[in-house]
Amino acid sequence: MKKCNTRTRVMIYIGFASVYLLGIFFWGLFMPESGYDVNYADKLLPPGSGHLFGTDFMGRDMLMRSVKGISVSLLTAALAAGISSVIALAFGVTAAVFGGRLDSFVNWCVDLFMGIPHLVLLILISFMLGRGAKGVTAAVAFTHWPELTRVVRAEVISVRSSQYVRAAYKMGKSRFSVAWGHVIPHVLPVYLVGVILLFPHAVMHEASITFLGFGLPAEEPAIGVILSESMKYIAMGKWWLMLFPGLMLLLAVMLFDIIGENLKRLWNPDSGNE
Amino acid sequence: MARMKYTGKTVLRMLTLFIAVSILSFLLLEASPVDPMTAYIGTDSTFSEEAKEEILRHWGLNEPPVKRFFKWAWNFVHGDWGESITYKKPVKTVIAERLKYSLALMFAAWSFSGILGYAMGILAAVRKGRLTDKLIKTFCLALQSAPTFWIGLLSLSLFAVHLGWFPIGLAAPMGKAAEEVTISDRIYHMILPAFTLSVLGIGKIALYTRQKFIEILNREFILYAKAKGESMGQIVMRHGIRNTLMPAVTVQFASFSELFGGIALAESVFSYPGIGSALTAAGLGGDVPLLLGIAVCSAAFVFAGNLTADILYLALEPRDGSFVH
Repeated sequence: MKKCNTRTRVMIYIGFASVYLLGIFFWGLFMPESGYDVNYADKLLPPGSGHLFGTDFMGRDMLMRSVKGISVSLLTAALAAGISSVIALAFGVTAAVFGGRLDSFVNWCVDLFMGIPHLVLLILISFMLGRGAKGVTAAVAFTHWPELTRVVRAEVISVRSSQYVRAAYKMGKSRFSVAWGHVIPHVLPVYLVGVILLFPHAVMHEASITFLGFGLPAEEPAIGVILSESMKYIAMGKWWLMLFPGLMLLLAVMLFDIIGENLKRLWNPDSGNE
Repeated sequence: MARMKYTGKTVLRMLTLFIAVSILSFLLLEASPVDPMTAYIGTDSTFSEEAKEEILRHWGLNEPPVKRFFKWAWNFVHGDWGESITYKKPVKTVIAERLKYSLALMFAAWSFSGILGYAMGILAAVRKGRLTDKLIKTFCLALQSAPTFWIGLLSLSLFAVHLGWFPIGLAAPMGKAAEEVTISDRIYHMILPAFTLSVLGIGKIALYTRQKFIEILNREFILYAKAKGESMGQIVMRHGIRNTLMPAVTVQFASFSELFGGIALAESVFSYPGIGSALTAAGLGGDVPLLLGIAVCSAAFVFAGNLTADILYLALEPRDGSFVH
């Protein structure tokens, strides 16, 4: 077999990771509630043939609950990526294009949000919205823009001050055509990678804050809820309750990282000939 | 001169940010639907309307928010941080009591992750492209993606329950009077939480060091050193560490924000009585004064870290500082 080049290999990685994540997402999204029904006859079964990940104290199948939980996290993360990336784009572009006072103001806002530990900010926002699913979703959605704003701003500034953009202006190109022809093609890949790399953070933050008890109610199969429930059973040696759901969470986070990093390699013109 | 000016500007900027953080936290808590009255007396209290009115007046809850903020800020600056509802003690006392546990925990985790991460980064860089490098890289990526609380659960399950090497939680043996608790008890109870907390930082610092080190190893003076016959060990000691240690320390100082977030998770897994578990309790119990106090403290902690990183960066910059705009 011919050895694949980097490009092909990168595409294969991205392909597998996306298929897995989308699969989990839709599996969980369309899973009927009977998938993780209460069944006291089978409670606290260790992992085995009938239940691949074992069952919990109410006899619910841990595999199904984990899939559902990851799917809920992915939904929150998608929302966070959507909202935060729009904020980041608006702020980043405004700061870079208008400069001056506005630029300082945006930078100051970024510093302000980065000055509070992220988890504390999440707790404050979810507290403001009265906890529950709404609070957590909003908290995760509205706090992931500062890093991306910085990236977008830096990228726009570097393109804007480059020789060829100045040359394009001198040649009488309009602002719009420069933006369309030079700025967007440069900023878009960086921006999209940034959006993808936002997912792992959002997934992790959603799980963390739910774990602490701020998020979804205890009967919801969210990954944070599952793990915080499992805490009570650790001392009894029921290790599978936390091992498998955690591994699935870890895998989801890592796959997003892999997709993001590989896209970065694929789209970065400097690494094209590797 | 430029250096002084830059430092002054940074401090000033941080001060304004700090004030803004307090205002932001205050606003967020102000907008909460959680009624401070209900949080304090519970939902099924038999207090009369007059008594409630009295409490409202006592706390100044019927005054406009702006006035309340200034009152709070005035008192805060003068050392009165309010009364915690959850712990029925002054917020300052609660924070002071718990801060020492948390600081010990954070310091242990911070130094451990720094030293281990730095060593791993160097090792990976020296062995770039070989198996060691690949293993370290994969390991670091996995660590970075692992949720802190899950690492906590995992180590609790493995080391405390199955192997029985460490206690399951708390900061001291259960049933032992506070004055009998020895320093070794404290350390023994701190190992697992500190380990959990350090996992957060190892990956970042190791990958950073690796990249920096590889950059250095590609420089011409390294080629020259090799030509002179220096061994890899000598190169690492004479050139590598000198050029990468301080940037790594700077990065480590800038990670205070994640560290503080981490203690909330690590402490709640191990029921460790630090500031992180107080934060969670305050958030869940609707304890606004404590929440506000901790939020402000956490911001101060992060700013202190960033400021140290900035100053270190400047102080160690070999050029004269005139590059700073």
